[in-house]
Amino acid sequence: MDTISQSFALALGMVAHLDPRLTQIVGLSIAISLTSTLCSAAIGLPLGAAVAIARFPGRGPLIVALNAAMGLPPVVVGLLVYLLLSRAGPLGEFGLLFTPTAMVIAQTILIVPIIAALTRQIVEDAWVEYREQLRSLNASWRQSTVTLLWDTRWSLLTVLLAGFGRAASEVGAVIIVGGNIDGVTRVMTTAIALETSKGDLALALGLGIVLLTLVMLVNVGAHLTRQWARVRFG
Amino acid sequence: MGDAEVIAGLPIVASGITIVRGGTRVLDGIELTIEARSRTFILGANGAGKSMLLRVLHGLIAPDAGTVRWGRQTARPINQAMVFQRACLLRRSAAGNVRHALALAGIRRSEARQRVDDALARVGLTAIADRPARVLSGGEQQRLALARASALEPEVLFLDEPTASLDPPATRAVESIVSAIHARGTTIVMTTHSLGQAKRLADTVVFLDAGRVTEIADATQFFAAPRSPEARAFLEGERL
Repeated sequence: MDTISQSFALALGMVAHLDPRLTQIVGLSIAISLTSTLCSAAIGLPLGAAVAIARFPGRGPLIVALNAAMGLPPVVVGLLVYLLLSRAGPLGEFGLLFTPTAMVIAQTILIVPIIAALTRQIVEDAWVEYREQLRSLNASWRQSTVTLLWDTRWSLLTVLLAGFGRAASEVGAVIIVGGNIDGVTRVMTTAIALETSKGDLALALGLGIVLLTLVMLVNVGAHLTRQWARVRFG
Repeated sequence: MGDAEVIAGLPIVASGITIVRGGTRVLDGIELTIEARSRTFILGANGAGKSMLLRVLHGLIAPDAGTVRWGRQTARPINQAMVFQRACLLRRSAAGNVRHALALAGIRRSEARQRVDDALARVGLTAIADRPARVLSGGEQQRLALARASALEPEVLFLDEPTASLDPPATRAVESIVSAIHARGTTIVMTTHSLGQAKRLADTVVFLDAGRVTEIADATQFFAAPRSPEARAFLEGERL
C-alpha cells in the first residue's frame, strides 16, 4: 500500500513539475500519434468515402474486411511491419526499423481501417440523404465525395480523434518496430511497460496519468465538438 | 433565355415510360410532352406514381421501358433543376448552399457571387444569407432550395410537392417564387396534393392513376370538366 501511495505522490510531482524525462516521452508520443492520425486520415477518409458512394463487385466483402480490420491485433501488425522493415525485409534498405517513422507506419496500418470503416458508415448515411439532390445538381463522383466529406466534417473529426486515441494508447506494435529506445522511440505506452517491469512505478504511474488524461480530453473534445456542431449547423 | 440554343432541352417527350418495382408497374406506358415555358402539374392520388414520373422526366431514374427525349438529346441535360419535398440542404450557410450548387455547375466565382445575391433576394432570404441552412425554418429551407435551383437559371424546374409540409403563408411564398421563376422563362413541372395550388399555378394538368396517364388537359378545362372518370372521382373526393 505504501509503495503505491508513495509512487502516486512521486508521479503527481513529476506531472506537476513537468519532469523532463516525462515531457520528452509525452511529446514524442503525441508527435508520433498525431503524424499517424494525419497519414491515416489522408488514406482512410477518401477510402471510406469512396466505398460509401461507389458500387462495385466485391464491395460487400470489402466492407466486412474493413470492419474486421478495426480489430487488428497490434502485435501482429508490429510483427508484419518488423518483417517488412528488417534488414532482410523488402523495405530493409531504407533502415527504418527502430525509428519513429517505423512507429508511424505501424500505427497508420492500425488506424486506417478504423478511420475508413467509420467514415464509410457516416458518409453512406449522408449519401442516402443527398444522393438525389447531388445527382440533380450534376455532381460528379469526385464532387459528391468532397461534398459529403465536408458536410460530415464534425462527425469525421470525432472519427479522427478516435483514431488518435487508439494510436496513442497502443503498445504492441510500437514496441516491436520502435524498440523502445530511450530518447528516440520511447513513447508513453512502451515506457509504462518498461518502467513497470523495472520497478520504477512512479514514472510508469506518472505516464499512465498523462495518458489517461490525454485520452479523456480527446473524448471530451470530440463530444463537445459534436454537440456544438449539432446546435450550430443542424 | 430566348435563343434556340438555350432551349435545346425542350420539349421533353416521354414515350412508353414504364417502371416496374417489385413486380408492380409503378409507371405504365406513359406518353407525355412537356412544352417549353409551360407550367405542367402532375396530379393524382398517393402512390399514383407522380414523384416517380417527375424523377424520370428529370433523368434521375432511368425507365425500365420507354424513352425520354429532351429536345433532340437522349442524355439527361444539365440545365435542369429540381426542388424536392424535403429541402436537402448542406451543412453550410444559406449563401454557401447556393454557392456550392453554382460551383458544381462550373460557374465562375465572380459571376456566382452576383447570382447568389440575386437568388437570395428573389426568395427574400438576403438578411439570413450567413445563417447555417439546416437550422432555418421549414419554409425558409424550401425557399432556399428554390433560390439554389433558380440560381442555376435552369430551363426546366421540377418541383416534387414543395409545399407538402409548409403552413399557408410559407406555401404562398413558395407559390409566388415559382411564378416569378416561370416569368423568367423557366418551364415548370410540378406535383402537388393541393388542388387550389394547381388551379392557381397550372397551365396544363397531367392526371395519373395507378401509374397510367388518364388525362392531359388544359388546367381550366380540367378543373371545370375532367374527361376521365378517374380524375372526376378524384376531384369529387376533394369536394366531400
